[in-house]
Amino acid sequence: MSNPIVSADQLSFSYPDGTVALRSVSFVIYPGESVGVIGANGAGKSTLLQQLNGVLSPTSGQVQIGDIPVTSATLQEVRRSVGMVFQQPDDQLFMPTVYDDVAFGPLNLGITGQALEQCVFQALDAVSARHLAVKPPYRLSAGEKKRVAIATVLAMHSSVLVMDEPTAGLDPCGRREIMQLLSAFDQTRIITSHDLDMVAQVCSRVLLLHEGEIRADGAPGDILRNTALLAGCRLELPLSLQACCICGR
Amino acid sequence: MNSGIIFGSLLDLRQLDLLASGDSTIHRLDARFKLLAAFGFILTVVSFDRYALSSLLPFFFVPLAICAMAGLPVWLVARKALLVLPFALLVGAADPLFDHTVQLQLGAVGISGGWLSFISIVLRALLSAVAAILLVAVTGVPAIGAALARFGVPQPLVTQLLFMYRYLFVLAEEAARASQARALRSIGRRGMGPGPFAAMIAHLLLCSWERAERVHQAMLARGFTGQFHSSQHYRFGLRELAALLLFAGGCLLLRLVNLPQLVGKAALGLIQGVV
Repeated sequence: MSNPIVSADQLSFSYPDGTVALRSVSFVIYPGESVGVIGANGAGKSTLLQQLNGVLSPTSGQVQIGDIPVTSATLQEVRRSVGMVFQQPDDQLFMPTVYDDVAFGPLNLGITGQALEQCVFQALDAVSARHLAVKPPYRLSAGEKKRVAIATVLAMHSSVLVMDEPTAGLDPCGRREIMQLLSAFDQTRIITSHDLDMVAQVCSRVLLLHEGEIRADGAPGDILRNTALLAGCRLELPLSLQACCICGR
Repeated sequence: MNSGIIFGSLLDLRQLDLLASGDSTIHRLDARFKLLAAFGFILTVVSFDRYALSSLLPFFFVPLAICAMAGLPVWLVARKALLVLPFALLVGAADPLFDHTVQLQLGAVGISGGWLSFISIVLRALLSAVAAILLVAVTGVPAIGAALARFGVPQPLVTQLLFMYRYLFVLAEEAARASQARALRSIGRRGMGPGPFAAMIAHLLLCSWERAERVHQAMLARGFTGQFHSSQHYRFGLRELAALLLFAGGCLLLRLVNLPQLVGKAALGLIQGVV
């Protein structure tokens, strides 16, 4: 097996108000894996994601991207490798137009001119959003915003895509489109979600977090079918695995 | 704070923004030209003496011509410009009270300088408002920001302007939702007083603060190091230069020559000749 692309070693984090969000979390992720991070509200999912590209720094422990430890000195290098899609697209899309927003990351990486244009349109094409290039972000639908938010990260050619609740707040079609997109990518994907059906379909591995600790790490088929384990972490079986509420089967 | 008013203002802003995405000769001109032209127009209009009336009238043809060329609905621009009317009326209201000197004789009726300057203030305010509205409607706030940056306005100021504009819609929607939620749980006058209003404003402020932090995190995650890089291509070419010279020449002509007076004299001469 190849070397891990993401590794967390005894990672702990507390917020300034004293809330402990992560407690000695350790895991390794290999290139190309699609990992779902699940857990109830407050389990530490979003906090964990924000450690991966140095938006938050651990209280103790260490995160490593490839063989680069995430420190203040390596942030630029780490952020080039780890692209993060935030839960609220309105937080992620802050530039006047979709084109400018997708170009924001590449420009910070020093890409300009023709290469920049190519980079932006490639990313927009990957999420079928080329036609939105000149639009201001606030005029997009929720699904379009999510797709464009993903394009902003794709444009940076990140090898690891980190996504916080990518299907939250979307209608069924928008959710389906995002799921198809996520399945089509060959980058390493780390996805937090409460949408366990999406996780079951898109992810090849699941990390179950509860109160800042990893309670389970394994195949979706093993974890998402374990009613007792899920219930102990304030979760329920994915809808697709629950009995029909009408016929009971 | 009424959620209807918030939504109304928001829709008005969005309408202007939609107009800016049009594709006409005026739209295609470089934003710097349009910024200079609007600034020049406003300067020319305010440079007239306080009793100027007839000489201001030809300036109303300029926005009309721009609306026609850019395909903008005149009624929309006029409606938005009328929003400045209360302020203009307030500013000019004292003039008729203090300046009683008759400046204009219309037959037996003498019109005082106060009334003339009052009307002049209103006309100038309307023209200035129309110029600003047209600038936004044919350029868009983002392009205006970029033009300001190209003129050397400090980047932090431009960035603040653009961020304010970007999140104005998000914040206004949040404010409208909060206002609606308050109204739905207010019985009679209870709940609509200054206390809950202040709490609502404080809540919005804290929400904005948290959003600002999240936006900053999103920027950092994409390699932001404090320096904004632009992907825009600007071109202030011959077309813009020619348009600027033409526009400046037109403004200068209207400023130096009182066209309505000239036309009036010519018409009077013609009538006298016929009689």
